[in-house]
Amino acid sequence: MSLVPLFVAIPLGMAFLIPLLGRWWKTSGEVLATGGTALLAVMSIMSIGMPAVVHHMGGWEPPYGIAMVSDGLSVLLLIAINIVGFLAVMFSLKYMRIYTGLPKYYSLFMLMVAGMNGVVLSGDLFNLFVFLEVASIASYALVAFGTDADELEAGFKYLILGSVASVMILFAIGTVYAVTGSLNMADVAREISIRFGGEMSPALLLAAAMFLMGFCLKAALVPFHAWLPDAHPSAPAPISAMLSGVVIKSLGVYAMCRVFFHVFGFSPELPSSLIIANGIIAFSVLSIVVGGLLAIGQWDFKRLLAYSSIGQIGYVTLGIGVGARVLASGGVRSLAALAILGGLFHLINHAAFKSLLFLSSGAIQHATGTRDMKQLGGVREKMPVTGLSTNLAALSIAGVPPFSGFWSKLVILVATLQAGLYAIGGIAIAMAFVTLAYYVKVQREVIFGEVKGAVEKAREVPAVMYVPLVILAVVCVGFGLLYPVIGYRILEPARDALLNGAEYIKLVLG
Amino acid sequence: MMVYFLCLVLMTMGLYCLVAKKNIVKKVLGIVIMDYAVNLYIIVIGYKTGGVAPIVEPGMSEGMYARFVDPLPQALVLTSIVIGLGVLALMVSMCVRLYEKHGTFDMSAISKLRG
Repeated sequence: MSLVPLFVAIPLGMAFLIPLLGRWWKTSGEVLATGGTALLAVMSIMSIGMPAVVHHMGGWEPPYGIAMVSDGLSVLLLIAINIVGFLAVMFSLKYMRIYTGLPKYYSLFMLMVAGMNGVVLSGDLFNLFVFLEVASIASYALVAFGTDADELEAGFKYLILGSVASVMILFAIGTVYAVTGSLNMADVAREISIRFGGEMSPALLLAAAMFLMGFCLKAALVPFHAWLPDAHPSAPAPISAMLSGVVIKSLGVYAMCRVFFHVFGFSPELPSSLIIANGIIAFSVLSIVVGGLLAIGQWDFKRLLAYSSIGQIGYVTLGIGVGARVLASGGVRSLAALAILGGLFHLINHAAFKSLLFLSSGAIQHATGTRDMKQLGGVREKMPVTGLSTNLAALSIAGVPPFSGFWSKLVILVATLQAGLYAIGGIAIAMAFVTLAYYVKVQREVIFGEVKGAVEKAREVPAVMYVPLVILAVVCVGFGLLYPVIGYRILEPARDALLNGAEYIKLVLG
Repeated sequence: MMVYFLCLVLMTMGLYCLVAKKNIVKKVLGIVIMDYAVNLYIIVIGYKTGGVAPIVEPGMSEGMYARFVDPLPQALVLTSIVIGLGVLALMVSMCVRLYEKHGTFDMSAISKLRG
């Protein structure tokens, strides 16, 4: 009996039970969601270092049945999703008191976690689509949870663009099925490599383009980013932390990696795979530049963080795209490994510091009633714990050594330059300084400076709100200092899983 | 081949409706048209002229198996329709709430956030 299906079954069951019991038991949401996410977090930590597992649902062997695959890449995402999920629920316990209908909130939250866990564990293209929709629908509803004018508008925009992405992904899945006659990812990959050894057929290229557009919309890469700067600030703070911290990564970046590395594959024998890799790099560079430049001018704290998410997700996909390009052009394999490692390292770092920053924006809003940076200042003096942990996250995301964000950006930049992409490397370095600039702005306007305006009457938030901040701050520092431990146990299995597409086929099909 | 192009045309019509119309209910209709175009496309993939239901009965010859239609696309479309229904319900309820707040369905009057 493997634990793999429980990652989906537990949150799905909780999502069903919470509103059912909520009619009689007022705190059902708090109790069950905390218990469920804590259990999931422990399970995800336990799965570190375990060998890759394939679970055949209902005992049907692939390619006929649906397989759930837990390899290094899935474990990396599971850790991010479930730990951030647990901390966000813990933060919600106090923060969400100002809202009504809490059982519905926790139910939707668990549904979102179930969907994301399903996406990262699914070994079947259509199953991936279904879980993607489960997570997306829950997050549309959660963005609009406040039901104020702004929240509804942001939720509606997110819903419209997310639905377009889903339609594109479904179209691509239909096309892949029409060409290969299978939906199991490993089986599709084998069919493509056997039947189309030399060149991808036009239908498959259309499918790849549709997949790329759909996943870029879900990952909010520029020019598909329009929904993110509205949706992420409008959501309640714990949801913003989940959306920026893990949703765009598991639904966008992870799904993109899985489909392009394992199903379509990057190799010199497939000339069209170079086009896909170049496309990923182009969107990444656009995101880094546009996200970074737009973030500088923002005075709404959460809006600044949202634009910064666009830029940072660009760094993640830049690392992965450079790795893919090296593989597709037949370059040195160790260089591709380095680039992918950098991208994945930045992915997990960004999950830690961006969710910390969004949670602390919520804590500051809870204490002062505003998130306008012009009315804030001197948070460090009135709220020492929140101020210190926010500061650590800002230093980490800005790329100051020895924090985690510095190392991951360094690895990505070194790999980009070594791959011969000097212009792109130069842009990425320049934009790293822009990132530093707008986090210096955050520090000056929010954390340090004179105590003014709304902050004067503020007090430190209760422990249940600042403990998640402290845990994430420890993670930010720890990932920077203890890289050998983290890298060996979590990142290298994920990198190897991405690099060896043939191993994945062997793992699933036996 | 023609039917595939017609599905694509229908999908583009939905996309045009989504992009060009300002009324949010019409945008919702655009999404629905796109969704159904893709459902139709997947059904067309599994279509077979003169096909029979894929049920094996005693006394069937090997040659009859070749006339079986592929049941998988139909299962996919069934799932996709249910998902589409969920999304549609959420979209319509958001439209109703937006109308309650603003008294209009016009997106340009509703839109205050700067993207």
